[in-house]
Amino acid sequence: MSAEGQPANGPLLAVGQLTKLFGTFAACNGINLDIRPGEIHALLGENGAGKSTLVKMLFGVLAPTSGEIVWQGQPVRITSPSAARKLGIGMVFQHFSLFEALTVAENIALSMDPGVSLSRIAKEASDLSRAYGLPLDPDAHVADLSVGERQRIEIVRALLQNPKLIILDEPTSVLTPQEADRLFETLNKLKAEGRSVLYISHRLEEVQRICDRATVLRHGKVTGACDPRQETPASLARMMVGSDVAHVTAEGTNAKGAVKLEARNLSAAARTPFAVSLKDICLKVHAGEVLAIAGVAGNGQGELFDALSGEYPADLDDAIRISDKPVGTRGINARRLMGAGFVPEERHGHAAVSALSLSDNLVLARHKSDRRAFLGGGFLGLIRQDAVKMAAKRISEAMDVRKSGENPPAGSLSGGNLQKFIVGRELDRQPTVLVVNQPTWGVDAGAASRIRQALVDLAKSGSAVLVISQDLDEIFEVATEIAVISDGRLSDIYPASDLTREKIGMLMGGMHGKAETAEMAHAH
Amino acid sequence: MRIELERRPDVSRLFSILSPVIALALTIFFGGIMFMMLGKDPILALYSFFIEPLMEVWSLHELAIKAAPLILIAVGLSVCYRSNNWNIGAEGQFIMGAIAGSILPVVFYDWQSPLVLPLMMILGMLGGALFAAIPAFLKAHMNTNEILTSLMLVYVAQLFLDWLVRGPWRNPGGMNFPETRTFDPIAVLPEMVASGRAHWGFGFAIIAAVLIWFMMRYTLKGFEITVLGQSARAGRFAGFSSRKMIWFSMLLSGALAGLAGIAEVSGAIQQLRPVISPGYGFTAIIVAFLGRLNPLGIVVAGLVLALTYLGGEAVQVSMQISDKPIRVFQGLLLFFVLSCDTLIHYKIRMMWYDLSETAGKGAR
Ligand SMILES: Nc1ncnc2c1ncn2[C@@H]1O[C@H](COP(=O)(O)OP(=O)(O)OP(=O)(O)O)[C@@H](O)[C@H]1O
Ligand SMILES: [Mg+2]
Repeated sequence: MSAEGQPANGPLLAVGQLTKLFGTFAACNGINLDIRPGEIHALLGENGAGKSTLVKMLFGVLAPTSGEIVWQGQPVRITSPSAARKLGIGMVFQHFSLFEALTVAENIALSMDPGVSLSRIAKEASDLSRAYGLPLDPDAHVADLSVGERQRIEIVRALLQNPKLIILDEPTSVLTPQEADRLFETLNKLKAEGRSVLYISHRLEEVQRICDRATVLRHGKVTGACDPRQETPASLARMMVGSDVAHVTAEGTNAKGAVKLEARNLSAAARTPFAVSLKDICLKVHAGEVLAIAGVAGNGQGELFDALSGEYPADLDDAIRISDKPVGTRGINARRLMGAGFVPEERHGHAAVSALSLSDNLVLARHKSDRRAFLGGGFLGLIRQDAVKMAAKRISEAMDVRKSGENPPAGSLSGGNLQKFIVGRELDRQPTVLVVNQPTWGVDAGAASRIRQALVDLAKSGSAVLVISQDLDEIFEVATEIAVISDGRLSDIYPASDLTREKIGMLMGGMHGKAETAEMAHAH
Repeated sequence: MRIELERRPDVSRLFSILSPVIALALTIFFGGIMFMMLGKDPILALYSFFIEPLMEVWSLHELAIKAAPLILIAVGLSVCYRSNNWNIGAEGQFIMGAIAGSILPVVFYDWQSPLVLPLMMILGMLGGALFAAIPAFLKAHMNTNEILTSLMLVYVAQLFLDWLVRGPWRNPGGMNFPETRTFDPIAVLPEMVASGRAHWGFGFAIIAAVLIWFMMRYTLKGFEITVLGQSARAGRFAGFSSRKMIWFSMLLSGALAGLAGIAEVSGAIQQLRPVISPGYGFTAIIVAFLGRLNPLGIVVAGLVLALTYLGGEAVQVSMQISDKPIRVFQGLLLFFVLSCDTLIHYKIRMMWYDLSETAGKGAR
């Protein structure tokens, strides 16, 4: 396997002057990069820097406009993902490409050589996933899996091809710390086997922890290369963003107002066999508060969001109250009309329709609440394109959304930039209640701090904000109150200052017995 | 060996606009080959198929008559298809519309009133819509596949019509022919212009196309249709209901197909017969896709497909060819339209299954 004619110390992959133009916009501009055998190489850069575009060219998904790719000393043209796989390049995309109606094994089979039986694939996949510590049930339907589990499919799928280089585009942005740790073990194992990893991430601590070298992109150009272990997260962030990243804090948010969002014994049966049911959830968010709900992925966060947003209304009207009015059985637009705003976790196909323009995606969430501004013509419901476009522009400017045209399709934005737009779409309304699921996944350090600051500012201005997040750093930055969700049950709510990581970790394990609560209460 | 379609990195704008034109050119080219194999002069045959019908006023009228139901139905179907509801049964809804609309001139034939005609049209729309309500109900509440149910209901409608005209609705003074009495002039859709036979059905088609185009392009309803067709989940986030959309799109397309049916019967045939459609409901599917599911494109596509009907009749008369070439032409056209569209977005890749795979693996 290894006895191939490559120079002993030559790079596994080298790219020279690689450029990709979208129209006249250079997403990648003369990029030079080399990856050595057996290293974990980080690719850093703010949202829209061109990281995904670069790796898509390496994987044959996008055709370079100019430049060359040299693989083991040979110039190659990678015209398709299967050509890339044949060379020995595997990839895990930032946005997954899985068929929801198929099982895990079927999805894996789609990218394998034909002629391998499904049962063999299922067996190999589950062996491999166990060997690398990424447990997977090959017969589960993808539709029923959490984001983290879906990502495991992608990783296992790439590993099954036995690649020499594996590219991971923001793999940990959707993982829990425990899952991420497991992934790092996997990566170290791969490295020990002599494989190389190209690793894109916005989490600088983990880059420092596992990466041997880093290349930084900015506006489509390489702006620096470094040994991440010699740097601090702050200095790395500065390299990426070009300036210091502001620290967010929720302090000074303590003016508690009336209860704006409340759940009273909210229960919901699981909609699919793999979903989590919600059990007796009680919570209150006052005006001026940011309640952060921590928890390991797949413990009912999505279900809680669906119930609070009204996409899947609850059975009892009194189970959810907004501004002290029962809304449990009402739909999402009725809740929006009462001043609530919602940001779901999944960007593509939930929060936004990829093929539609940004202005259309603005109409998507606000056609009811901003009826007067966005619609005309009475019962005809004519969409006022000029008003909508102006608002979309305003949002893009307020959130610093980088895009390649005036009003491009949502799918052409980089992941983080689309997230900024989606959050901005709600902030722009000044909602009295905002429910956000994973506000900053895939968002670069600078933008994440801007989004978090915006959430805190919204609370300071008298709104109630509920943030569901897996990122403990994020939670401690924005929260005034913290609760933990575990297996569809919500713990009691604690003031953020009373909690530590360890305590949250214990609550995540589902150890929030009432005895402990009593203990906490005594401690006050 | 396995054949795979692989998404192209970049889609050419030029070719996606040209695609229907290329498809048409390929159809004509292969149609010519077909005529040659039938032993006819291909140039002459293509001339009388595609050009001759356009040279005379009366045949332009025929063109409008044949295009009217195609456009009406296809415009309704475009709303279905854009919203991800696959109504294949427009042929049945067309027939049921024709039957419902014919109740007045066949059963209440001695009622003379200017209200008859408008009521017939409304009944026609109701008939088509109610018939489309069956697959809509089944999909919205029983989770059945609308492709199958709507298609199978076509045969129900055809047999129902057959039974009606042979049984209860047979013309008592008609020497036992399987047809209803001919409509009273008050129940006949008038001509649009004095120069020929083309009746108001064509007018309805144009009006429907413009209205639906307007809806899709400018209104929130059109936006809702697009969003739900792209992603049901995003639609839910927007507060749109997939279930309501099933009803809306199926009823709308059923009503338009029903209107096409009664307009055709009242304007062109003036009685019910066992067969009242040369497959308009199915051909309209081709029209909808050839027109890129865009109502204005559908008007053009409807005229093109109507021409294949006319041309087929023309070569039948002038060159003694059977009417089968019509079907072949329509089939070729749909085939090329779909494959041109597909090949613009995807490229074909052959994967050879290597039998010595295990042995070859190490050497790779
Ligand atoms: N298909 C496309 N058409 C037009 N512009 C595009 C397209 N794909 C990407 N872009 C633009 O190219 C730029 C780089 O995007 P890319 O996805 O590579 O960013 P990224 O570095 O991966 O960012 P993120 O961290 O947010 O994922 C963005 O400004 C984006 O708008
Ligand atoms: Mg990216």
